[in-house]
Amino acid sequence: MTQALDHIEAQLRRRHRKTRRLKALSMGALGLAGLFLVLFFTDMLIKGLPAFKQAQIQVEVDYSEQASQLPLAAVSEAVRPLVSRGYLRLIPSRMRDDPALQGTTRSEWVLADGQVDQYLKGHHSKLSERDKATVNRLQDEGRAELRFNTRFFTSGDSKMPELAGIASAAVGTVLTLMVTLAVAFPIGVMTAIYLEEFAPDNRITQLVEININNLAAIPSILYGLLGLAIFINFFGVPRSSPLVGGLTLALMTLPVIIISTRTALRSVPDSIRHAGFGVGCSRWQVVRDHVLPLAMPGIMTGAIIGLAQAMGETAPLIIIGMVAFIPDIGGSFTEAATVMPAQIFTWAGEPDRAFIEKTSGGILVLLAVLITMNATAVVLRRRFERRW
Amino acid sequence: MSMSMNSHVSPTSISSMNRSSRGEPVSRNDSANHALSVRVRDLDLWYGQFQALKSISLDIYQNNITALIGPSGCGKSTFLRCLNRMNDLIPRVRIEGLVEMGGRDVNAAKVDEVALRRRVGMVFQKPNPFPKSIHANVAYAPRMHDIVSRKADVEALVESSLRDAGLWEEVKDKLHQPGTSLSGGQQQRLCIARAIAVQPEVILMDEPTSALDPISTATIEDLMDRLKRRYTIITVTHNMQQAARIADYTAFFHLGEMIEYNNTRTMFSTPHTRKAEDYITGRYG
Repeated sequence: MTQALDHIEAQLRRRHRKTRRLKALSMGALGLAGLFLVLFFTDMLIKGLPAFKQAQIQVEVDYSEQASQLPLAAVSEAVRPLVSRGYLRLIPSRMRDDPALQGTTRSEWVLADGQVDQYLKGHHSKLSERDKATVNRLQDEGRAELRFNTRFFTSGDSKMPELAGIASAAVGTVLTLMVTLAVAFPIGVMTAIYLEEFAPDNRITQLVEININNLAAIPSILYGLLGLAIFINFFGVPRSSPLVGGLTLALMTLPVIIISTRTALRSVPDSIRHAGFGVGCSRWQVVRDHVLPLAMPGIMTGAIIGLAQAMGETAPLIIIGMVAFIPDIGGSFTEAATVMPAQIFTWAGEPDRAFIEKTSGGILVLLAVLITMNATAVVLRRRFERRW
Repeated sequence: MSMSMNSHVSPTSISSMNRSSRGEPVSRNDSANHALSVRVRDLDLWYGQFQALKSISLDIYQNNITALIGPSGCGKSTFLRCLNRMNDLIPRVRIEGLVEMGGRDVNAAKVDEVALRRRVGMVFQKPNPFPKSIHANVAYAPRMHDIVSRKADVEALVESSLRDAGLWEEVKDKLHQPGTSLSGGQQQRLCIARAIAVQPEVILMDEPTSALDPISTATIEDLMDRLKRRYTIITVTHNMQQAARIADYTAFFHLGEMIEYNNTRTMFSTPHTRKAEDYITGRYG
């Protein structure tokens, strides 16, 4: 008898030990994941935050007759290599628009060249020793400093890093996602409602179900090929446009929305459906009045997560030409556009080191938007669930 | 159907066994009303290959409480759901036979199951109020069926339904709170109020008190006793004392067959069949 008890006790100790080991392992896994996340964010922040600052220098700008022909003449030779050529290039048109400038000389804060920016930030710079000395002098006089880079948020892409911004890509992303949402949400939700609430359980619906689950696991680049073949080549939708991008991403988001909607519908207890049928609701009334309101938070969470996934997608968009150089901020569904991840991809491939921080800055913006979207999903879920 | 539905045939003129197989009670409850509400004849039901109901015949009388008893899986709930065609919702169910209400076969092609369920209300085992306000729970179905549309009429109907369900005094100050915030017994009475709000002819109750405590159960039983003055109530119960307390007639189901249909008092004192006697005396089930 005591022997049996000892045996049980030994076994118990072993079992408890196993539990502790499992707990330690799972906590370790969590800790590792957290560590990677922290490393990733720190790296992005260190590399990306400088992108939100840009060097400006104070120089004498001479709006002379000569400058309207040859903009380089507007600034003295000593600071000429330090001023952004993008800024100089605009001088003639500004003089045309504002005749009061004509013939005046003003001391202005102007955008510095990307190399000055890199030098001030302590990065490797291609400036000559003489130019570096000039920058140092300007800095000592308080005439060269890093200021908040509004241009990054208000302008489109540029080959000059000091001029490049994420705005055109952001607008492209918004337009593309609008198309995606408008197409994928109604079709996805309706498909899920049909499959979950109306369809008989037979071979055909099972086949449809398996295929939808498979679609969710298809490499996204194949959707790009599909979009190219169908939307561009067959239907003639303009390439690189938010319309074709949105349609392609809609194909990719559809299975996600269908699956999450079905899960949300399935989580509504059958007793609610029976209650509805019991008081004489038609099937559609049961779905509309009782099932959908309860499933809504789940459906919306699924839709937002699907959209967030679509928003971060680059591969299919490469195929349909959305990795384009877009310096102007568009506003049309049919003009060529680019999206944020594609913009990041483009910047990452630029040889100029100044684009490294643009890349990280772009990632920070993208992450901020994604986190906002996911937070919205959480808030929506909370709000709708709190109702009852 | 050749048999006569004349309910004034003397009990002694035909063999009682015969009566039962013809869907009439073995013996009559003289205090009960005997106008016919639902007439079921030779009802068979299959779930796929499994036959869950075997040739059931049953007459259900208006303004009575008819209790269906029997061990689990005997088909009593399945039978109940035939009466408002809730079985239509289950795939691979096949039904044969006659369920007649108001002289019409409810399974006929031209009978709309949605319209039928307005005439035959249902209360479920687990209280299942809609996750809406108490008010909306009651007002939803009458509005949907266009029974009332003016606001004043809706308010009046909500009040009268809740009063009839014995819930008004408890909830009149919190009509806009969620129905799910009530206690289990109150929720079940809310479900009853919801069912009677559309003024059905028949109310089906599928073990309405099995999820409730004894006090809530007693309240619901009192309520059923009052409601039978205006509605025909058919209830499934696992609780034989409950059947004995409230039912006018009781039908005993066993393995998909209806073994005995009898005046409740007779059923519980001198059952006519051996199986019913064994079940009632607790020998199985």
